[in-house]
Amino acid sequence: MKFGVVVFPGSNGDIDAYHFIKDVLAQPVDHIWHQEESVAGYDCLILPGGSSYGDYLRCGAIARFSPVMKAVKDFALRGGLVVGIGNGFQILVEAGLLPGALYRNANLQFRCRFTYLKVENYHTPFTVAIEHGRLLKIPIAHGEGNYYVDEDTLQRLKAKGQIIFRYADEQGEITAAANPDGSVFNIAGVCNENKNVLGMMPHPERAGEIILGSDDGKMIFDSLFKHWEGSRL
Amino acid sequence: MRPEDWRSLGLKDEEYQMITEILGREPNYVELSMYSVMWSEHCSYKNSKEVLRTFPTKGDRVLQGPGENAGIIDIGDGLAVCFKIESHNHPSAIEPYQGAATGVGGIIRDIFTMGARPIASLNSLRLGTLDDPQVRYIFKGVVSGIAGYGNAIGVPTVGGEVYFDSSYQGNPLVNAMCVGLLEVEKIKLGRATGKGNLVILAGARTGRDGIHGVTFASEELSEAAEEKSPEVQAGDPFTEKLLLEACLELINNDDIVGIQDLGGAGLTCATSEMASRGGTGMEIELDLVPCREEGMAAYEIMISESQERMLLVVTPEKEKKVHDTFKRWGLISTTIGHVTDDGILRIRQGGKVVAEVPARSLAEDAPVYCPAYQEPTYLKTSAALDLQTLPDVQDANQVLLKLVSSPNIASKEWIWQQYDYMARTSTVVAPGADAAVLRIRGTKKAIALSTDCNSRYVFLDPYNGGKIAVAEAARNVVCSGGETLAITNCLNFGSPEKPEIFWQFRETVRGMSEACSAFNTPVTGGNVSFYNETDGEAIYPTPVVGMVGLLEDVERHCTSAFKAAGDVVVLLGDTFDELGGSEYLALIHDKVQGQPPAIDLEKEKALHKTVLAAIKQGLINSAHDLSEGGLAVALAECCFTNEIGAEIFLSKQGLRLDSLLFGETQSRVLVSVAADKLNLLLELAAQNLVPAYEIGQTGGAKLQITVDGSLQINLPVLELKKAWREAIPCALK
Repeated sequence: MKFGVVVFPGSNGDIDAYHFIKDVLAQPVDHIWHQEESVAGYDCLILPGGSSYGDYLRCGAIARFSPVMKAVKDFALRGGLVVGIGNGFQILVEAGLLPGALYRNANLQFRCRFTYLKVENYHTPFTVAIEHGRLLKIPIAHGEGNYYVDEDTLQRLKAKGQIIFRYADEQGEITAAANPDGSVFNIAGVCNENKNVLGMMPHPERAGEIILGSDDGKMIFDSLFKHWEGSRL
Repeated sequence: MRPEDWRSLGLKDEEYQMITEILGREPNYVELSMYSVMWSEHCSYKNSKEVLRTFPTKGDRVLQGPGENAGIIDIGDGLAVCFKIESHNHPSAIEPYQGAATGVGGIIRDIFTMGARPIASLNSLRLGTLDDPQVRYIFKGVVSGIAGYGNAIGVPTVGGEVYFDSSYQGNPLVNAMCVGLLEVEKIKLGRATGKGNLVILAGARTGRDGIHGVTFASEELSEAAEEKSPEVQAGDPFTEKLLLEACLELINNDDIVGIQDLGGAGLTCATSEMASRGGTGMEIELDLVPCREEGMAAYEIMISESQERMLLVVTPEKEKKVHDTFKRWGLISTTIGHVTDDGILRIRQGGKVVAEVPARSLAEDAPVYCPAYQEPTYLKTSAALDLQTLPDVQDANQVLLKLVSSPNIASKEWIWQQYDYMARTSTVVAPGADAAVLRIRGTKKAIALSTDCNSRYVFLDPYNGGKIAVAEAARNVVCSGGETLAITNCLNFGSPEKPEIFWQFRETVRGMSEACSAFNTPVTGGNVSFYNETDGEAIYPTPVVGMVGLLEDVERHCTSAFKAAGDVVVLLGDTFDELGGSEYLALIHDKVQGQPPAIDLEKEKALHKTVLAAIKQGLINSAHDLSEGGLAVALAECCFTNEIGAEIFLSKQGLRLDSLLFGETQSRVLVSVAADKLNLLLELAAQNLVPAYEIGQTGGAKLQITVDGSLQINLPVLELKKAWREAIPCALK
């Protein structure tokens, strides 16, 4: 399965995503410069974390105009797998590929720490290999991850199974204390209606090795592999 | 020129005289401004140079010692670590967010200038007490400034330290350290060589910000300084990130001859230092410098401290490729001059030569002073501490709860959870530990990093305090499993023109040098920050040590937390009646007094050897150095992470109870060991002549300390942890 990690000016999670895919998952991966106009030949695109364009104006608001984003959009609309992590999630939201908006954290501070994610829908390419009931220990590192959708949209997301991850405590309870940024409904990750585009604030590429505190991030990618193998049969 | 012209720029009459002798004429205003910034203490170290020369700077691993933008040490496998610490104290006092942010940005530039990729930041902060709203404002601003810059640029902030003391009420300290990794072959130096080579300025446009910033840094703070905010620069981590990537790409492709960042004293410093190191001269055309506003005067362009700019020397063949690379990264780069062989820095504007001075005279020929020094009178009274008149502890539980709630000891999570300490996925031991540990990808190795300084000790005894600052940083690195390699330091003091301050400075450096020699940890560079005074009152002398250590096997790292119930707790090192300068004395008895604890460097080395061997051989499950708050606090800290208690049995053996529980005797480490490995550990300690005391066992939900049969401390771990975790957030509400 071939991965492309899109590099915007100011991206920095590109280094971590690249390392994770190449060294931990042992899959082929390239960097894709933001001025590229084609993403042909890739099976999955990663929009990495960081501060594209310095997060100036609004996180992701400038990056969505990068030349590569037209190709990313076409790729996504044709059913291609896209994962936006942190800043990548913000870009996907700004680009209209995912619903909602990401506000500044409710506590008005940047937060870096491990979180526990409860999987809400196991029938997606991103979760299909995850053992039911298993919590994922994956870290966050963001200042603007406070996910917002209005009540109607929330109901629609619930109905269509688009809510993928929610912040829980270590026991799996969804509590206000476990919500690190004030996100509506403790939402940590959502996908589009077609279930091929995922955006999440936690960083699975940072949870790839036990020595870093967790390797639960691999389960999301194991799911992608399982889905990919299945879809090729 | 009138005397007020040079005096207002901070130059002394005799310095002006020297300039006229160097030039053989009177300088014009542009030249005078250039000398004033380059001959400031901040750039020239004119007051400290002679004393700094006494630091040991050589060692087998040292690839680059002091004198360049940062030091470099060899870690084997063809790899090297580049590191340096620098102060941004005065800007942070005036504008906390931008002051701290640009401090981080400046030190990151120093690292990638050498060809190294920045992989970690640390910071050392000193602030007044948190009951003062101005201090809370500065504290919050500084932390968010460090976070804002470091998080955006993607360099993890992995460690540091913070102390609160009224000595820093009006003059906070913000010291930023950056560590980079590079291949030994790719080291780049800030040298302008090769007549006819081109000089390129890249990055941000030059504006009027930070004019005379280094002169400002070399003055005492006063009410008037608060009107100087235009001298504090604004940081742009986005531009710096692009600059970092572009410069490292050029260095990796061997496209440039020399490179230097523009920091203090801006273009004047970069041009004169590069030419001086290369034994060359330079001609610069100011009309070509991209400016932020029109009509900037020559002196403004020459001394502007606008951030995120780099100066490069390249061959004419590579000129286009270099410009193309910057362009691809969305950056402006402009050829603004060329290298000459006459040793003269010649600056033109509007077709005229506006400055023409020997490059070396700016960079190297500043006067060197040997300021007068005299033992401070306060030491005559501060040393006196009569323990007879000091009541011993009545309720040790209450004292321990107070100590863990002291902002100096309490959890610093409120700070470091705002830093992205996981970026680059190499942080193996995160903030909150004795030292941070980062793996080196592609090898089995890791580096351990720590910053330290107990300035109360240095205040009470500069010589021993200086030794302890180095020893404690070393002990922290050792407790994480690292072999100590080298240090950088940031020496924060009051005005060197006051003999008592300069005496502190000399004695501190003497103590530090001795410790560095004993541990074989040379000084590879650093920074001196004088004039840390408010309205004539100096801060405590604060020589912050940034220590780098190496772990051959990242899997063999160690942390301070108890790992399992049933382990044996062993205290390595003896305990004495040493309460002078302790946190206990300050917090409970409101005294900063007495002799700080003694330090025996040979004993300390034996301790390091023992702990390192025990970690490498896999004998111990945790190691924690004893520092502020002594044994009882260290035990509590070991309990917190995994919420494992301990049952401890001590004997006073003639000591006071407070000395035993809360004294800060040096050269002590607390370890936990599985019962079946206890004898091996005790044998190892005995071989190294390190006293080892089996003092109890881990387990349970309480920390219980029994002294000579009487239960002195009996507290639930969760209660202690709550007090420890909530102290700083509560103080900020």
